[in-house]
Amino acid sequence: MIENHLPVIVILAPLIASLTIGLLVRGSAALSSFILIVALICSFLASCSLLFGVMESGVAVHYFMGNWQPPFGIELVVDHLSSMVLVLVSGCALLTAVYSLPEVCRELPDRTHHYYSLYALLVSGLLGIVSSGDVFNLYVLLEISALASYALLAGGRGLAYISTFKYIMVGTIGASFYLFGVAYIYIKTGSLNIADLGVMLAAPELTESISIKIGFVLIIIGVWVKMAFFPLHGWLPNAYTYASSTTSCLIAPLMTKVSVYIMIRLMFTVFSADYIFQTLEYGAIVMAMACAAILFGSISALAQKDLKRMLCYIVIAEIGYMVGGVWMADGTGFTGAVYHILADAVMTLCMFMVIGAVIHTTDKSSLDAMRGIFRKMPITGVVFLIGAFALIGVPPTCGFFSKWFLLSGAMATEQWFFAGSLIISSLINAVIFFRLIEIGFFPSFKEGESGDHHEVVVVKEAPVAMLVPMVITATLLLLIGIYAGEISSNLIRWTIPAGL
Amino acid sequence: MKDFLPFVIANYNYWISMILMLIGMYGMIAKDNLFKKIIGMSIFQSAIILFYISLSVKKDGSVPILKYEDMGYMAVINVADYDNPLPHVLMLTAIVVGVAILGVALAVLQKVHHVHGTVEEDKILESMRE
Repeated sequence: MIENHLPVIVILAPLIASLTIGLLVRGSAALSSFILIVALICSFLASCSLLFGVMESGVAVHYFMGNWQPPFGIELVVDHLSSMVLVLVSGCALLTAVYSLPEVCRELPDRTHHYYSLYALLVSGLLGIVSSGDVFNLYVLLEISALASYALLAGGRGLAYISTFKYIMVGTIGASFYLFGVAYIYIKTGSLNIADLGVMLAAPELTESISIKIGFVLIIIGVWVKMAFFPLHGWLPNAYTYASSTTSCLIAPLMTKVSVYIMIRLMFTVFSADYIFQTLEYGAIVMAMACAAILFGSISALAQKDLKRMLCYIVIAEIGYMVGGVWMADGTGFTGAVYHILADAVMTLCMFMVIGAVIHTTDKSSLDAMRGIFRKMPITGVVFLIGAFALIGVPPTCGFFSKWFLLSGAMATEQWFFAGSLIISSLINAVIFFRLIEIGFFPSFKEGESGDHHEVVVVKEAPVAMLVPMVITATLLLLIGIYAGEISSNLIRWTIPAGL
Repeated sequence: MKDFLPFVIANYNYWISMILMLIGMYGMIAKDNLFKKIIGMSIFQSAIILFYISLSVKKDGSVPILKYEDMGYMAVINVADYDNPLPHVLMLTAIVVGVAILGVALAVLQKVHHVHGTVEEDKILESMRE
């Protein structure tokens, strides 16, 4: 009985938690976080069971809201790709929820229930986007998660307000472009159901249509604004830097990855690989933009003096990896892009968690805050090391395998600029992180001190609630890397669209 | 030019929503006052809502409520007699989303004014540089 309703439980559990926390719980941090964590555990278990169900049966799960049959009713579709992203989103949200406890109590002592209510709403919106089978419903859920993220990001106080204001402006333009593009497609087809649109848009008279082409371009630009793809990335660094560290832990890994998921879903389920790569021929332009994103993001990251801002630019570079992998028009590159959604979300989460823990204990976010971290915070230091190796791409962490897939795809399709940008970006990441590791290993050296003077180092670790999720994330980085072959052959192989 | 005027007149609903959209975009990009930017954003969203609504209109179409007066349920329903109700329903949701965004934007703007003492973008940038 209940297993028929799993797709809707995934979304409803955090939504109900959000309403309960927001309306009923007043000021009790323990109770609101307890409700949130229980809801996220429900959501995570339901996602896992959907993932295993889909992998076992090999067919997508369709859920009709209110038992209205599509194309008239709203449908939830969970296939291989969406079940993977569902597990990823609910898992990351669960880890961050546990991690956020000490930090939220410190930063917003009187507002914990507001924070957790918005948190649950954001997660519910993201999970809805992933399982939605209707383009308009997707718009509404996109805006629900965007609204929750505006409110969360503005919680950073001070300069966070003006940077959030800019994000609201840009994010609304992005969503409006998406809605406008959907209107063009609706005029031509009269349908909003993703599967139905996929069948209709394959008709030859529609593939030639200029309206469909304009609709596609508007939708893709809208999604690019939301994911901060290179020329449209301006809002991201400020908005994520000035937010509180738990907020950036939640939003930075998930928001952009879910936008990449939307792009893949729209490109290959609503439209088709043939339409995009044979009829439109925008591939070369987008690949050039992806290379620019990778190089710009990496070089800007190198120039930053603030840890969080540095990571934000790395996120921009990683978006270039994924967009490039998808637009490469190659099965291996696509595998790399989908695998990188998984790997990059966990890597970004790991690094933001480490930096959040460093800020929590030292109250500084400059590069100097990392000084002596391996002595003062040994566990955080090890987690940082694993995360840094994953971002550089050292085997057996997952970063190596996603770069391997992307590079093999680039070689096969002779995208030499993209391959070059990937390698340069990995080298820059190596420079950035070895500089940080060097700062971390050597304690501060003051002039005039004699060489044999030994400083007494006080071990001051982050609270246990922060350490446990960090260690789990670091373990996941290794596990996703070690099981890369199994993940790609059992899961990602089924997501590769026809024609690639 | 001879063909252009009939083309404009025949598609006047699209032209109007395009012009509105560009006015909104201009407001968001060119104005320094953050409050005017919010108004631009609102105009931009309204343009898209009007675009959708104008899609649903049909010539001689009526309100989408079925006419049963002569033959009851056996009546042949001619779709061309009714306006398309779906865009209206969609835009009802989009209006709600737009109002929510407007509310959040205004609340954040109030906080910006609280922190920086002004809502003029150039003055805020100046104060951030110092």
